[in-house]
Amino acid sequence: MSCCGSGAELAMLAAPDPREVLLVSRTIAGGLRQTDLSVPDVHCGACIRTVEKALDALDGVTWARVNLSTKRVTIKWRADASPPPFIETLRNVGYEAHLFEVDGDARDTTLSELIRALAVSGFAASNIMLLSVSVWSGAEPATRDLFHGISALIALPTLIYSGRVFFRSAWQALRHGRTNMDVPISLGVLLAFGMSLYETAIHGPHAYFDAAVTLLFFLLIGRTLDHMMRERARVAVKGLARLAARGALVLQSDGAQTYLPVSEITPDMTIMLAAGERVPVDSQVTKGLSELDVSLVTGESVPQPALPGSVLRAGTLNLTGPLIITATASANESFLAEMLRMMEAAEQGRSVYRRIADRAAGLYAPVVHLTAAITLVSWLIVSGDVHRAITIAVAVLIITCPCALGLAVPMVQVVAARRLFESGIMIKDGGALERLAEIDTVVFDKTGTLTLGNARVVNSDNVDPATLALAGAIAAHSRHPYSRALAAAVPRLQAPIVLDDVSEHPGCGMEARLGGSVLRLGRPEWALTDTSRMDLDGSSVVLSRDGQCVADFRFEDRLRAGAVETVGDLKRDGLAVEVVSGDREMPVRTLASGMGVPYFAGVLPGGKAAHVAELASAGKKVLMVGDGLNDTPALMAAHASMAPASAADVGRNAADLVFLREDLSAVSQAIAVSREAGHLVRQNLALAVGYNLIAVPIAIMGHVTPLVAAIAMSGSSIVVVANALRLRGRGKSDKSQGAGASTPRMSVRLEPAE
Amino acid sequence: MTDYFYLIPIAIGLGLCGLAAFLWSLQSGQYDDLQGAAERILHQDDVPLSH
Repeated sequence: MSCCGSGAELAMLAAPDPREVLLVSRTIAGGLRQTDLSVPDVHCGACIRTVEKALDALDGVTWARVNLSTKRVTIKWRADASPPPFIETLRNVGYEAHLFEVDGDARDTTLSELIRALAVSGFAASNIMLLSVSVWSGAEPATRDLFHGISALIALPTLIYSGRVFFRSAWQALRHGRTNMDVPISLGVLLAFGMSLYETAIHGPHAYFDAAVTLLFFLLIGRTLDHMMRERARVAVKGLARLAARGALVLQSDGAQTYLPVSEITPDMTIMLAAGERVPVDSQVTKGLSELDVSLVTGESVPQPALPGSVLRAGTLNLTGPLIITATASANESFLAEMLRMMEAAEQGRSVYRRIADRAAGLYAPVVHLTAAITLVSWLIVSGDVHRAITIAVAVLIITCPCALGLAVPMVQVVAARRLFESGIMIKDGGALERLAEIDTVVFDKTGTLTLGNARVVNSDNVDPATLALAGAIAAHSRHPYSRALAAAVPRLQAPIVLDDVSEHPGCGMEARLGGSVLRLGRPEWALTDTSRMDLDGSSVVLSRDGQCVADFRFEDRLRAGAVETVGDLKRDGLAVEVVSGDREMPVRTLASGMGVPYFAGVLPGGKAAHVAELASAGKKVLMVGDGLNDTPALMAAHASMAPASAADVGRNAADLVFLREDLSAVSQAIAVSREAGHLVRQNLALAVGYNLIAVPIAIMGHVTPLVAAIAMSGSSIVVVANALRLRGRGKSDKSQGAGASTPRMSVRLEPAE
Repeated sequence: MTDYFYLIPIAIGLGLCGLAAFLWSLQSGQYDDLQGAAERILHQDDVPLSH
């Protein structure tokens, strides 16, 4: 294969049950079903071909098409057969794929409405502008009136079609007794059109049709870009692998096995949980031995043993052995649902944030409207000419119509979001960018956020390479995080070791035969005949030959790349940094004291949200960075929030920003970009106000003609957009420096504090 | 001057054609995967002309 899809490290995840594939597919016409897969690794034409060819060759598949922009594959297959093995097939050709919820026919209707409105207003603006230019160049009165008439004919449908985006939102705001940016926009556009229509009817010289339509066109550009930015982030986050169970294999009382969606599982149902699956609902183990990865749920980094009687929380990952479990709660009473309720409570507790543009509009609209009213009254008194007074008052409204103001904020945010997107940081909306710029405290979760949530061998240098290779060869047969760490610790280019009878003993370790001796890799209590001389620790594994200790391995959670530098950078920027974790005291203390930050260990999920709320009530603006299910209420309670791509589904959806790369420097980078953007937004607002300070007196004096209005409006919009684009230029120069600095992968060794 | 007024409806009509063409292309999903379309053209299989 060419550049893509090495397929080397893929085999670890369990393929989804075909019944799960069936569950998320949907029926389409012609006896077919449609399945959408997210394939994050496709990135070139060769990838498209490989993926489509592999899928087309499957029995039952009638149509497969890759969308390279969204990195998704849509597959149509015959509904009468069982689902073909899509994911396994793609894995064999080297692409990791995961099921993607097909959300009905919900294509992005808002975006296509905006683009259509933009196209119509663009057409109208260019044509009316052409007609207007000839009027401004001094057309004869008869020609002028004809051109005004044609302009009116083009402008009316455009206003109805393209303008409703603004009218609707302005009406919504007014009905609830608020104002937003759309109120002065709508008022300006409608008054300009109304007055021009009157002017046309009385064969007057000044019509502002071009101003009304150009305004709509410019503002729709800002609005469309803003929507595209949010949509792109949303789609990217949605395309990440789902980490919660969709369904489970339920053992019926008559012995039959059925795959039920999580929502249909009720207490006392017996569920068969294979290794590599996530626990669907809160339950209790009835049979089997295994180990569980609870890092995403509680933040504990050490795998927990599961034996009959153990209580399991929904969302934990079963690692080593199959389990038979009994549900103790339904999905909406499970741990996840509890977290969702806490998130709602946290959201209600958080003060409502008003965006800069809306705050500006709140000040701007009354001032502008008052100015126009005063102009009207003054001219009535001074000249006594009603028509003239109204014309000038409307001209004031048109010239102050916040074209530049409407573009000032979204343009900067679109450019900033694009810069973040290029660094793998998805931002959900512009408001988040404004909030992020204000934060003064950063609260980190430990497991999965500061660390990667997977273990690393810390003492491999002290172990003889041949022994390490042997341990690695045994470990390669298991999915347990420690085994994977061991297998990864073995240097490459080792001669393969042939083992006989490798078996996994869930909860204990791995056993293998080599020559005449029995090798065991696992818990010291199990692998060794005599453990009295060992000092045992939760995170140690031994390799034994016939009960005698050969080597002993220690594990530590691996730090995320750039974690130490990021925390250092944040502290240098004057931000308060804290670690709040659900993990045990020891590992949290080791990590936090290594970084020199205060910590809170063993915090319950509710405690995290309460801690963030406490900080908020003390006047702090908190950025919460977390990945676990237990972090989600705190993400919601915080002023701004960030989650890594590996976070729990709920957390990813709740967070304002999601970063896709491993490097934690995304946090400091996002804060830096948001601050720069905040700076440019304020500059742009100042420019827009400055423009009004010059233009308004001219308008009040009655010197504004449609030509002056067109030049002033376009000019100020261009200045504001050009200023916003400076952020992009700055991004380029940063990136060329940043790329060199961040390439060497960080690996910081955590030494225990004492 | 007035002799050339017939050009105005032609100009606007052409503009409308362009607008309609754009809306149609949007509707028929031609902007759904711009990156993919750019790559596909390089990897299209040759199909012999049928006579």
